[in-house]
Amino acid sequence: MSLQIISIILGSLTLASALLVVFSKHPVRSVIYLVVTFFFITSMYIMMNAQFLAIVNMIVYAGAIMVLFLFVLMLLNLNKEAEPVTTKGSQLAAFIAGGSLFLVLITALKDTLTLGQTYRAHNDQIGLVKQLGNLLFTKYLVAFEITSILFIAAMVGAILLAKREKQIIE
Amino acid sequence: MDFYLFVSIALFAIGAIGAMTRKNMIVLLMCIELMLNAVNLMLVTFSTFYGNGDAQIFVFFTMVVAAAEATVGLSIIIMAYRNLKSIDIDMYNQLKN
Repeated sequence: MSLQIISIILGSLTLASALLVVFSKHPVRSVIYLVVTFFFITSMYIMMNAQFLAIVNMIVYAGAIMVLFLFVLMLLNLNKEAEPVTTKGSQLAAFIAGGSLFLVLITALKDTLTLGQTYRAHNDQIGLVKQLGNLLFTKYLVAFEITSILFIAAMVGAILLAKREKQIIE
Repeated sequence: MDFYLFVSIALFAIGAIGAMTRKNMIVLLMCIELMLNAVNLMLVTFSTFYGNGDAQIFVFFTMVVAAAEATVGLSIIIMAYRNLKSIDIDMYNQLKN
C-alpha cells in the first residue's frame, strides 16, 4: 500500500515537472526541469526493480544528453526577447489535439490498466544487470554490434555538420 | 504499477502538446526526448508485467538511438543557427541556403 502511495507521488511529480518543461518561457529552465523529469523517471525504474535501465537512464539522459542541450543553448547565446511564441489559435488547436491523443491512448489501454494486476509476473529479477547482460550478449549481440556503427555514423555526421563552413571550403 | 501506464500516456501527451506549441527548435527537440522517455517508461512497465527482459533490452537500444539522434539534431541546429541567426521553427523552411 505504501508502495502505491509512493508511486502516485512520483508520478504526479513527474507530470508536474514535464508540464513545467513545456510551459516555462526560458529554454534553460526547460532543460533543468527536463533533468528533474528524468530523475523522477529514473526513480520509477528503481521502483519497478529495473536497476540497469535506471543507471543507464541517469548516466545517458540526465548526464550526457541534457548537458549537451545546455551547452548548445549557451553556445547559441540567446536573449529572452528572441524567444518565439505561437499564436493563441494554434495553441488551442495543439491542446485539443494533445488532449484527444491522451483520451485515445487511455481508451486503447483501458483494459490493460485494469487487467494489469492479474498478469503480474512473479519474477522480479529481470531488470538486474546480470539477467539483461546475458540477454544482450547472446540473443541481441548482432544488434548491439550494429549500434557501434550507428554511433560512428552519428559522430562523424555531428562533427561534419557543426564544423565551420570556411574550413570545409579550404 | 498500473499508475505508471497512466503516467507514461500523460507524459507522451504532454510531449506532443509541447512539440506542437513551442517554436523554439531546441525546446522542440527536448519535447521529442520527453516523448521517447514516455515510451521507454511504458515498455519497462509492460516488461515488469510479463516478466520478460526483451523489452528492457529494447529500451536500452532506444536510449542509444536517442543519444545519436540528439547529437545529430543539435549539430544541425547549430549549423542552421549560423546561417539564419534564429532558432524559430518558422525560419527553418529551407535548410539549403
